[in-house]
Amino acid sequence: MSDPIEAILTRLREALPGVAIALRTNPSPSAQHSLLVDAARIADVCRFLRDTPALDYDLLSNVTGVDWPDGTKADVVAVPAAGEGSAAAGGFLEVLYHLYSTSRRVGPLVLRARTADRSQNVTIASVVAVFRSAEFQEREIFDLYGVQFSGHPDLRRILMWDEFEDHPMRKDYVAPDDYEYEPTPHDAVLEKAKLHYPCSE
Amino acid sequence: MTSAPSMFSSSPVLESGPDNDQLLRVSLGPQHPSTHGVFRMNVVLDGETVVSLKPVFGYLHRNHEKIAENVTYLSSMPYTDRLDYICPLSNNWAYAHAVEKLAGIEVPERAQYMRVILAELTRLINHTAFAGFILGDMGAWGSALMYAFREREKILDLFEDLTGARMMANFMRFGGCRNDLPAGWAARVGVLVEQYGPFLDEMEKFLVGNEILLSRTQDVGALPKDALINGGITGPMLRAAGVNYDIRKVEPYGIYDRFEFRIPLGEHGDCYDRIMIRFLEMRESLQILRQALAQLPDGPFIHPKAKIRNFKPPVGEAYGRIEGPKGELGFHLISDGSTNPYRYRVRPPSFINLTLIEDMCLGLDLADVVVILGSVDIVLGEVDR
Repeated sequence: MSDPIEAILTRLREALPGVAIALRTNPSPSAQHSLLVDAARIADVCRFLRDTPALDYDLLSNVTGVDWPDGTKADVVAVPAAGEGSAAAGGFLEVLYHLYSTSRRVGPLVLRARTADRSQNVTIASVVAVFRSAEFQEREIFDLYGVQFSGHPDLRRILMWDEFEDHPMRKDYVAPDDYEYEPTPHDAVLEKAKLHYPCSE
Repeated sequence: MTSAPSMFSSSPVLESGPDNDQLLRVSLGPQHPSTHGVFRMNVVLDGETVVSLKPVFGYLHRNHEKIAENVTYLSSMPYTDRLDYICPLSNNWAYAHAVEKLAGIEVPERAQYMRVILAELTRLINHTAFAGFILGDMGAWGSALMYAFREREKILDLFEDLTGARMMANFMRFGGCRNDLPAGWAARVGVLVEQYGPFLDEMEKFLVGNEILLSRTQDVGALPKDALINGGITGPMLRAAGVNYDIRKVEPYGIYDRFEFRIPLGEHGDCYDRIMIRFLEMRESLQILRQALAQLPDGPFIHPKAKIRNFKPPVGEAYGRIEGPKGELGFHLISDGSTNPYRYRVRPPSFINLTLIEDMCLGLDLADVVVILGSVDIVLGEVDR
């Protein structure tokens, strides 16, 4: 059982007039449609959904990070309404939230927030103050995708070690390999090494 | 890997300074039997009292999700066995359930019943092993676990005859199961179900009124209901605090709406309730198994049109979740129409159930930390993925 998403969209637009919220249709048979929310205001939207008694979305079950190096691909998965602006073709990082109500037994309500790009402007408001369950999950997305969650109380790497520098879940991540330890590096190994040091010829 | 990871390098035992020379910093784990695997907690103690507890993850991290993005949908099925390796068949079902949602695949009757039987047997395994492990955490080394593992072994034998593997089953497929039940298998499950009740009676008799167990678990680690829901805690942990939320009832996946069973609820949410709730859940699982075995129909064990090779779900996304033995086990999949998932996300119950571990332990003794961690019931294959 899920609430009709159009009704929630209307409600949110009435209650939070300054926040950009748009419907995204899911073409899959699951028909789990989602709301694309302004990344800076996602926590306010979550707080409204949690604290409005008629909605009472009290369980933030899952937080997923996604990397979209090609932003147009995101529009195919989460289709914008006709006439709405399409996603930035330059690519961005996206975070999805699956909310449920334990008292009303409905869900999932899917929210999504997007960063402006994949390098400089990668900030999304943290929802930890509203839902504690996001604490480790946001840390994981920070660790593996590099999303900066503003307002997170303890934003550190969680699965990788602290000195690690890259974000391994990104689509363009190149995994390290053991070529440095090869006693006599040759053909295939040297070929792979070029991925890491493209200018070292 | 060029530099030593910092999480190994800090002083593991003692850290004193001018303003906190009374505080003792203890690194609990990662190689410690009470941490249920390679899990570490940085605990700061004032005498015996916990004043800070920071979990450290990642020792078993292998980026399961990234690996799954680089292979076909079906290729991840055996890897889900390795998430929570105590309950591989539940993991199989959760993943198959999410993919079936994503692609709109029907599952035939017989396969639905087979899945329920396997999932409830898995719940028996998990909760029985849990009872053995937590008694070990409290100092009853060996004996309780041996009783538990004796029973687990009987179920693993059944799994071996059905799937060919005791633990790494790789049994469910999108649209059904891999093969049919061998002859006489269901009857053997029936015998096991009838023998399981007396085993639970015996185990409970040893535990319920045991003075050591009572003093170690009652009023230990309880948190208010609202805090648990807000912290994303699911499964027996949440129901032990009295929140009536079981996905088998809330969002009946498969055919769970056809069975009569109750959802046991605790009152206090302490470690004692968490142990007892699992015993009560096992009794309900036996009820479900009896009904499922009695109703088990004939027919195909997989949808005849289920596609095994070159399987490409339609473009879109789906989040599917089941009530795993440890809590809500979900898979979030994004398909771009190719043979590999564009995004494959596991919602691991053991990992998220650890969110409030510090809140539960603050102000208690170090020895309670071990019991509380045991009562959360984690498996590191799933926590670190």
